[in-house]
Amino acid sequence: MSVILMSMLIGLGVALFGFTLQTTIGGINRKVVGRMQKRYGPKWYQEFLDIFKALSKRAISHGWIYDFGVIMAVGGITATAMFMPITDSLVAFAGYDNFFIFVYLLAVGMLGMAMSASGSGNPLASIGVMRALTQMLAYEVPFMVVVITIIKVSGTSSLTGIMEFQQANGWFALSLPIGFGVAFLSLLGMLGKKPFETYIAPSEIASGPMVEYGGKQLGLLFVMHEIATFIEVSLFVHLFLGGASNIIEFLAKYFIVYTVANLISNLNGRFKIDQVVVFFYKWPLALAVLQAIWVLWR
Amino acid sequence: MENKKLTQAQMDTKWTELGDFFRRKSIWMLMYCTGCCAIELPQAMTSAYDMERLGMGPMATPRQADVLLITGYLSLKTLRRLVYTYEQMSEPKYVVAFGPCVINGGIYHDSHAVLNRLDHYLPIDVYISGCMPNPESVMNGFTDLMDLIKNKTAVGWKNYRDNNEWYKKNQMDALGEVFVHDEFHE
Ligand code: SF4
Repeated sequence: MSVILMSMLIGLGVALFGFTLQTTIGGINRKVVGRMQKRYGPKWYQEFLDIFKALSKRAISHGWIYDFGVIMAVGGITATAMFMPITDSLVAFAGYDNFFIFVYLLAVGMLGMAMSASGSGNPLASIGVMRALTQMLAYEVPFMVVVITIIKVSGTSSLTGIMEFQQANGWFALSLPIGFGVAFLSLLGMLGKKPFETYIAPSEIASGPMVEYGGKQLGLLFVMHEIATFIEVSLFVHLFLGGASNIIEFLAKYFIVYTVANLISNLNGRFKIDQVVVFFYKWPLALAVLQAIWVLWR
Repeated sequence: MENKKLTQAQMDTKWTELGDFFRRKSIWMLMYCTGCCAIELPQAMTSAYDMERLGMGPMATPRQADVLLITGYLSLKTLRRLVYTYEQMSEPKYVVAFGPCVINGGIYHDSHAVLNRLDHYLPIDVYISGCMPNPESVMNGFTDLMDLIKNKTAVGWKNYRDNNEWYKKNQMDALGEVFVHDEFHE
């Protein structure tokens, strides 16, 4: 009993850590982008101010589906983050950090957001949700092919297992370089970074699913977005960059991956949604399948 | 023991102060670019003056925004949209008006299509002077708004709620009777 309670507390700690980490790194990245554009840039803790500001405002409601969806999104994402290992020994529920847990649980949070956005009744929100789901269909396929190759090679689907395999046999970023590139493109799609920013698109569909959000609900959605980013980037670090054996290593790898993704995002324009789907089904999928065949029948 | 316990009113003040701290460090703008003053916003936003270092940024929809920028003259036709937009924003909300056109009509003071005094229709917190205001005064206006929030004097949204009948009457007088055919045409 007390073991479960302890695990839960550690899990909540991991989720809180993820939120703090991603919000800080997001703020630092805004500064990095500012410097890149020859600006001074905001403070490094600007993202915290933004989130707490949004939480301090008054909120209106568009009905209970709208409110409930937001809570479901935050809850679902927090539950997902609780399973995330940080280093190879620091994991809340040891033995339950299977890759597929993240795939399934992440969907709960995303669906909560989709439900809530549709509940707001704004047509732009529905367009945004539809685009997000279409894009998910596009990037998941090459990503899954790469991850299944990894699972086949390492013989386990647990993140800690994959981490240990890499620490013994070298990073998958080096042994599967094509898959690494493909997965990085998928990561850009997952994070909604610029070439694949179709479902946010502030100048086109007025920030998509978030169009009707203001005040507290918007603040909660920001919290959810930060934790979701934490999950996606950590998955990438654990799957391709050999995980981490201590927390400093994790922070360094996390920072590098997120910053590179953000810099690429700021150098690009935006694809249309049909271009995104065609893009992912063309080269990344072909390369991922090619690499899978090469690895499995070598 | 007695004086350690805060009353409900004191607690509310404390929460408001905490909220005001965040609200003045992070201001999201909704740009209602009606007039020519809008052309001064890009300079204030990009490398030269870099509004983001004050924590300000553009937002896409009224629901997400904290401050409504009315950049320049306001014609009769845009008033209805402006009122819709303002009423959609979540409280606390602020309004910043640019240029003399919104104070007394400016160079359009005798036009039949332009409203002369904006503060009869919406509560304004900060006016920025200059036709058009240069980026320094735009930035200055925003720091003024931050000071007003700090001093608890940016209370336009409360005035709008308290004197709602007066504002509504003025709006109706200006608009006359509105025949709404569908959501895009009047
Ligand atoms: S104040 Fe001057 S610059 Fe601004 S809208 Fe009026 S005429 Fe144009």
